[in-house]
Amino acid sequence: MKMPLSALIGLILTGAFLFCAIFAQWIAPYPLDAVIGGVWEPPSERHWLGTDTIGRDILSRMIHGGQITIFVALASSLLSFGLGSFLGFLAAVRGGWVDQGLSRLVDLMMAIPSLIVALVVLSVLPINLTVLILIMGLLDATRVFRLSRAVAMDIAVMDYVEAAKLRGEGQSWIIFREILPNALSPLVAEFGLRFIFAVLFISTLSFLGLGIQPPLADWGGMVKENKDGLIYGKSAALMPALAIALLAISVNLVADWILSRTTSLKGGRGG
Amino acid sequence: MHPILKMVAQRVALGLLLLLAVSLLIFLGTEALPGDVAQAILGQSATPEALANMREALGLNQPAYIRYFQWLGGILTGDFGVALTNGQDIGQAIGQRLGNTLFLAACAAAISVPLAILLGLVAARYNGRWPDKVISGITLSTISLPEFVAAYFVIFLLTQVIPIFQPVAMVFPGMSFLDRLQAVALPVIVLVLVVLAHMMRMTRAAILNVMQSAYIETAELKGLSPMRVIWQHAFPNAIAPIISVVVLNLAYLVVGVVVVEVVFGYNALGQYLVDHVAKRDLPVVQAVGLIFAAVYIGLNILADVISIIANPRLRHPK
Repeated sequence: MKMPLSALIGLILTGAFLFCAIFAQWIAPYPLDAVIGGVWEPPSERHWLGTDTIGRDILSRMIHGGQITIFVALASSLLSFGLGSFLGFLAAVRGGWVDQGLSRLVDLMMAIPSLIVALVVLSVLPINLTVLILIMGLLDATRVFRLSRAVAMDIAVMDYVEAAKLRGEGQSWIIFREILPNALSPLVAEFGLRFIFAVLFISTLSFLGLGIQPPLADWGGMVKENKDGLIYGKSAALMPALAIALLAISVNLVADWILSRTTSLKGGRGG
Repeated sequence: MHPILKMVAQRVALGLLLLLAVSLLIFLGTEALPGDVAQAILGQSATPEALANMREALGLNQPAYIRYFQWLGGILTGDFGVALTNGQDIGQAIGQRLGNTLFLAACAAAISVPLAILLGLVAARYNGRWPDKVISGITLSTISLPEFVAAYFVIFLLTQVIPIFQPVAMVFPGMSFLDRLQAVALPVIVLVLVVLAHMMRMTRAAILNVMQSAYIETAELKGLSPMRVIWQHAFPNAIAPIISVVVLNLAYLVVGVVVVEVVFGYNALGQYLVDHVAKRDLPVVQAVGLIFAAVYIGLNILADVISIIANPRLRHPK
């Protein structure tokens, strides 16, 4: 099947981001915290994207920051995915009070915007990587739950599932061997969207000063560090912002392509 | 009882129940988490006696459910308690800021709703041709931007590249209405960008859905102009889904204002919330969180009620 140009571009850019994130330590020209120039120097041969608010190389910080951003987003979307899809399948297969209980709980969690829940919770919990990943993963699991429950509901009435039940297969067989393989393609596209949502979420939290804390760096936090320069015409803050936008758009392009060739089911970006 | 009234009453009752459950979640959820408010105020070096005294003073020794009812009762009678960090009355602080937040959100809504519907109509009219592609392409790229990223692009563009605005949005009491409008222009532009895309896409989808009906074909065969077919025949029939989508997206402004207020240093409710999360001032966070949740749930109920009322099958039961 021929791949549309937009999906190809998205795939290449996503791959490039992942490559930089994995090999950040070797690619980045300078260490994360090295002060090596003047304040807010414009892009030059030595510093391709210029320097930041205290004279650190922006490109290097962005490569290191990308590693943290992508790692946290990936970890939380894996969590939301594992938890959400397992519970979603379980609700669809078991039905009855399991389904009712889980669905109402999810309704309740989705009744308020995730950001507000996260802010309330973060006012009590210590802010560190584990807590952030757990919060984002749990909040986002609700959306995966709804999608995978809907997909599994459609599959659970298929003849082959009925046949498996009649053969006397257990519930875990039905979930992992019958439903999961058939639900995979809408879920893969959904994974892309969840990953992007997690990138945007962690960046927003860091921007608000409630996400990844210094000395670690991430893109949202870098926008926060350099935002004051914008008033004086220093574009340092725009570089990490651009990285967030570019990553979001490229993953979206890939997810759209996967969705368009598989199914009409689609999860929203949501609040 | 008229069935439609019954459905609306049911929906509202369900919403209030949901709000109650959310208040429980906000209050008890933060209670159940590990972390000690007294410790948070006094810091790690506090002596055990000081901690015990602080707990006593905050009433933390009472069981959680009693404190929950006290808290809820207080809020229902307009008493939000006092902030831990400065002892200020929370109700008063919210009162000063709520107006600013509502002003910002109202401006954004007043611009984005007509604009989204107009763009949606145009995109539907030229479905698949270049105006549709341009509108859809632009809105699609704004959909994938977080609010603060969109905000800094807009700031850079409109204060540096084309310097027509101030990058901070200061409002203070006694400002004239026009000055206020000018002060919030940039944040409003950002908020409009953020909510426009979803609204416009759903408007377009709703219109295109209706365009497949037989009566549209009749109208076209009568020789009506395409814009007239859309405006007079398709739009009235697509209005219910459009309104409910518009209201749902206004609920999304709740998240938008929090971030945008911080970006522009706009002194209002969202800024107040974020500041006090960082200061670990739980009573403030709970109160403001509940207000945001209430607005969000309220708008969701409104969207449902409107789509019930706008459904002719329910309005005229057989």
